[in-house]
Amino acid sequence: MAKLYSEKKSVKNLNELQPSEETVNFLLNYSKALSVINCNNMKFEALLN
Amino acid sequence: MQHEFISDATLVSNYIDGNEGALEILITRHKQKIYSFIYSKVYDRDVAEDIFQDTFIKVIRTLKRKAYNEEGKFLPWVMRISHNLVIDYFRKNNRMPKFDNSGDFSIFSVLSDNDLNAEKRIIKEQVENDVRRLVDELPEDQKEVLLMRIYKDMSFKEISERTGVSINTALGRMRYALINLRKIIDKHNIILTN
Repeated sequence: MAKLYSEKKSVKNLNELQPSEETVNFLLNYSKALSVINCNNMKFEALLN
Repeated sequence: MQHEFISDATLVSNYIDGNEGALEILITRHKQKIYSFIYSKVYDRDVAEDIFQDTFIKVIRTLKRKAYNEEGKFLPWVMRISHNLVIDYFRKNNRMPKFDNSGDFSIFSVLSDNDLNAEKRIIKEQVENDVRRLVDELPEDQKEVLLMRIYKDMSFKEISERTGVSINTALGRMRYALINLRKIIDKHNIILTN
């Protein structure tokens, strides 16, 4: 029977995958900038940088 | 690490109360699991990054609007959002396949639509009709040479043999034919371009 030389890499590599630092920082900054204003039962979003 | 002991539920309520640091802990805690999940579906790092970002934008907006109902299921909720965004991504791409034209090879250098559109076809017909009428106006000997040279693609040697005149005469007739055509065109301001 032929040998299989392919590596079982997917499981290991998948666990090492992470979003970039840039994306995480963007999200944290987005969160800081976003504020929701309540007004007469309506909600407004404001992005304040 | 200290934040390992704080439950998701507490962090979520802290974040809703305005503690931005709680979000950082939540993202740090779950980013790898969520990102891997997305990547395992799309197999593209950039797309996974985009979907990850969109997922947390949704999370942040929902939490800030106080529209999230904490039931101790923060991670499954975030996973569900990312799952839905992955489905949206595939749906969008199936409907409108993305065409990557960023490489050295541009498909548009090979593919082109050489067919004339309706307007250009009509203009072409009109121009051809005009030319035909102009040629009909020429004296018979010039017209004969012009037709043989232009439309039948004969050499002046062949034309001279066929018409029984010298090559120089055939050349002269051709020259006068063109001069006469230009004269008529100028005189009547005929525009023969597409």
